[in-house]
Amino acid sequence: MKYKESDGIVIGLEVHVQLNKLNSKLFCGCSPRYHDAEPNTHTCPVCLGLPGALPVLNEDAIVNIIKVALALNCKIEKQTLFYRKNYYYPDLPKGFQISQYDYPIAIGGKIKVNGMGGERHIRIKRVHMEEDPARLVHKGPIESSRYSLIDYNRSGMALIEVVTEPDLRSPKEAREFLNALRNILEYLDVFDDSLDGALRVDANISLAGGARIEVKNISSYKGVEKALLFEIVRQKNLARRGIKITQETRHYDEKRGVTTSLRTKEEEHDYRYFPEPDLVPLGVCNRIDEIRGSLPELPDIRRQRFVQQYEISDYHAKVITSELRLADFFETVASEVDNPLLSATWIADVLKGELNYRGLDITAFPPKHMIQILQMLRSKKITEKSAVQIIRTILDEGGAPPEIVKRKGLLKIEENIIASAVAEVIKENPAAVQDFRNGKNEALHFLMGQVMKKTHGRADPNIVNKLLREKLQCT
Amino acid sequence: MITKRDVEHIGWLARIKLTEEEKSKFAKRFNSILDYFEILDEVDPDVPPAYNISGLMNVFRADVVRDSMSQDDALGNAPKKEGEFFKGPRVV
Repeated sequence: MKYKESDGIVIGLEVHVQLNKLNSKLFCGCSPRYHDAEPNTHTCPVCLGLPGALPVLNEDAIVNIIKVALALNCKIEKQTLFYRKNYYYPDLPKGFQISQYDYPIAIGGKIKVNGMGGERHIRIKRVHMEEDPARLVHKGPIESSRYSLIDYNRSGMALIEVVTEPDLRSPKEAREFLNALRNILEYLDVFDDSLDGALRVDANISLAGGARIEVKNISSYKGVEKALLFEIVRQKNLARRGIKITQETRHYDEKRGVTTSLRTKEEEHDYRYFPEPDLVPLGVCNRIDEIRGSLPELPDIRRQRFVQQYEISDYHAKVITSELRLADFFETVASEVDNPLLSATWIADVLKGELNYRGLDITAFPPKHMIQILQMLRSKKITEKSAVQIIRTILDEGGAPPEIVKRKGLLKIEENIIASAVAEVIKENPAAVQDFRNGKNEALHFLMGQVMKKTHGRADPNIVNKLLREKLQCT
Repeated sequence: MITKRDVEHIGWLARIKLTEEEKSKFAKRFNSILDYFEILDEVDPDVPPAYNISGLMNVFRADVVRDSMSQDDALGNAPKKEGEFFKGPRVV
């Protein structure tokens, strides 16, 4: 345990999320699908900041951010403005970023997360829209490279910033928050989490008695937890040596898993925010009802419905709804296999585990295979052990269940074959048989295991159990 | 009142190196600009701020892709480049 409650950990996050399902960038018609493209092939005068170019706002970007804000229970502001945030880095060719400052699009929301000590509400301070800067490529480590190479393909992508109140109490809670946020964004269909750089996080963290440290440049879910853990250990070590933590901005080095100090950084007033004169104010109140009506079923509501409609456990419902595609997968399977409990168990406990173990997601497993497997299980054609084996075979080698059953000889074996295996096992293990007759129940488990071994796991354990007991009692 | 130190800071923000002579010169000029802005002090402070003078609201474009520039055209105006990239000063 690297931290405890008494450390007085306070964490707030600024999460940047690309609206990467849009057809075009935020202020120009360039395509945001640059991930496999050559550098500097998705640009135009607007996103290159050439003189005289003017931004025009993408309407769907605004519809999407309103969806996000509503899903996060925010209040949408009557009037919202874009501002220029002035700073002079080559990742922004204009010398400023179009962002929001006063009058962001939405304020005051909340997300429910499973935190320390149960369910907690993490408050959302604001949600605003801005343009993504370009991607910088450094030759060698960032501290020692002498110059940067710039790819403007990302420049001008629609980016949402979600800012939390300092409500998070542990690195794990921070990760839970990000998972919950990602899940909502996925359900809203505004965000593809699989694309590189789709989500980036800046984290503010302080420990009891210390100043607030900002950690920038965290670009993965796992990175957030790791960067924060590193900071806690670093700050505790400094405190132990009597060194006072002073406010600073640090950079997270994902490869090395450490944070390093950034020598100087602009303070907020250095950004000289002022309203962007090239964009007109936005008033979106009249669209809210229509957009609210178009919101899909969100994770929390879907979880509750699963518990009610399918009578599965809250735990299973939580696991299954934690990914949109997994939830869809479950509903497809449950509609074909007339036993939601069985479907939930096999999807949430078995399949999900096998996928996680291999670092795969649910798209690696077609629902029709799961339907076939569960139907064979229900009609007692295969054992549970064989079902697991089929799932593993599909993931490791491919193929479809009926063919795998045939190829690997997984059809459940007949009772008379089990009976002869039982007879053999009883003959071969007189000591265990005696133990059982003397009242040692564990001996039965041992004998069952021997029968399963002899039948290569293809015997129905219930039948094995029944036959063993019969034989042991009458001989 | 803009001091030489303010000018130094503003120069740093713009990533411009200034000579001592330039610092004094710009301090003087910045102060005269600030003096000029004092005219605004005569305005009634209760007047609501004008964020935009066009009187327009909600100007959008549809989410439609348009052709981008070629890589050659994009890099054509770059003062410095390396391969397929623009080249700029190190950040951070």
